[in-house]
Amino acid sequence: MNLNSVILMRQEIFLLAILLLLIVGEIFIPNHKKRSMVHLALLLFGIHTMVGFFAIEEASLFGGMFRTNPLIHLFKNVLNVGVFILLLQSADWIQEKLVKDNKGTEFFMLMFSSLLGMYFMISAGDFLMFFIGLELSTLPVAALVAWETSKRISSEAGVKFILSAGLASGVSLFGISLLYATTGSIYFDDIIGLVASNNLTILASILFFSGLAFKISLVPFHFWTADVYEGAPISIASYLSVISKGSAVFILMILMFTVLKPLLHIWEHIIYGIAVATMFIGNLFAIRQHNMKRFLAFSSIAQAGFILLGLITGTQLGTATVVYFVLVYIFSNLAAFGVVQAISLETGKEKRDDYNGLYRTNPNLSLIMMLALFSLAGIPPVAGFFGKFFLFTAAASKGYYFLVFLSVVNVTISLYYYLLIVRAMFIRKSNHPIPFFKSKIYMRLGLIATVLGILALGLYSPLYDYIFDISIIFNK
Amino acid sequence: MISGISIYEIFTLTSILFFIGIYGFITRKNLISILISIELLLNASAVNFVIINKYMYPDALQGVYFSIFIIAVAAAETALAVAIIINLYRQISSVEAKDTEIMKY
Repeated sequence: MNLNSVILMRQEIFLLAILLLLIVGEIFIPNHKKRSMVHLALLLFGIHTMVGFFAIEEASLFGGMFRTNPLIHLFKNVLNVGVFILLLQSADWIQEKLVKDNKGTEFFMLMFSSLLGMYFMISAGDFLMFFIGLELSTLPVAALVAWETSKRISSEAGVKFILSAGLASGVSLFGISLLYATTGSIYFDDIIGLVASNNLTILASILFFSGLAFKISLVPFHFWTADVYEGAPISIASYLSVISKGSAVFILMILMFTVLKPLLHIWEHIIYGIAVATMFIGNLFAIRQHNMKRFLAFSSIAQAGFILLGLITGTQLGTATVVYFVLVYIFSNLAAFGVVQAISLETGKEKRDDYNGLYRTNPNLSLIMMLALFSLAGIPPVAGFFGKFFLFTAAASKGYYFLVFLSVVNVTISLYYYLLIVRAMFIRKSNHPIPFFKSKIYMRLGLIATVLGILALGLYSPLYDYIFDISIIFNK
Repeated sequence: MISGISIYEIFTLTSILFFIGIYGFITRKNLISILISIELLLNASAVNFVIINKYMYPDALQGVYFSIFIIAVAAAETALAVAIIINLYRQISSVEAKDTEIMKY
């Protein structure tokens, strides 16, 4: 461990330093000043996000266990920005609800340890590091889901999440052990040349895939999603749906495009089926939801189905479109969850019918929500359109025209239920609309950041070119 | 190597353990039993790693190290799951799966 490796691991080391500083702060700051912990954590994480934008070169450390390159570094920055916006949006909730019970610091520590696990997961160079990163990113989130210990629904969500996650990691681990049996190594670099298309390898990779599919909530493995999102605090549901899902998609993509590349001809059929099932079931179940959190849960399942269109290709174009779509999706979903959180924090209302007539009382929130929903649905001027368009291009470039057709059908279905909410906010009248309120400064900053992100990603095209250029790393 | 036992017997054992775990996870009605089923899954993989290392690739210790980490992670996971289940038990005085469910699909 010399100075060079410290520089290469600086994201991880900096985040670990923030964690330790927060522990010190928790010990030495007296109880009546604990509110300042929120400002401290936000300040430190903001600096961390800024520092992360300095470039990093390609390298691998610890005999290949840890590797980093511009694409992985970019994705860590994307996760940083997402978590920072999420913390801005939930800062008021933490100050009002958690600091009173003296639990504010634990929230930040659990969330940052989960983020640290994601860093290690996406820059893993062997299956051991990958597995530890996966568990480190999952277990703190389970504690966060069961956070509101006095609420029964939160405990139920926590039980469902931890048991599903345990099953997923167990199945995934059995797959890794079979892969180790066929290749004799757990290092990605050694495995790449040795994966052959025999039955044991196929079984191993399917078991492994199903473990990650739990995290991405693809369709046969999606049953925990809606319940956990409904029971968990909204900021945690938001974290699960964007950050956790995004990092799992990224590492699955890396593994499929490098280690399991020889099995691509089998992957294609599996992913084809799962993509169609995920899109249809996510969209059709989303129509009948009335709770906004459950609705966003099914909408995020459907979005995961669209992401699979990029994974099916196995080309540079596929990598670039998936990373770009995840980036767009993070901003759009954070905006939608942010509005739901702002309203729930102020009034406690989470039903769709409560949003009737929202535009007359809270025009700004309604406009942000409309922008987020249009971006999720993929309506042209905003970023979501380009994300979906590039994904469809990637799938069509490999000749999956029927799959693209089915996806377009699904976009139409999704447009219907996204517009149901827009109709509730703008057209429907209500005798008891949500009264006008003004959110606190952090929440407003968080919402403004998401809006800027959605608009900027849609209008600023060099970013996609940049992602496309650095995506070559995993498709040599 | 254990004399008289080939790798096939041990693979059969771990596969049976794995599927007992899956079966138990699906059919058990008690949250603690479901947790035990997950432990079976993880331990089946841990045994698998040690055996593959010992019988097939004895010149490196990757599998043995991996199994040590699996045991540690499994312990952490169980501790957290038990904590969450205890918290649920305080509110509904039951650990039966059917009593926990108020959110329906």
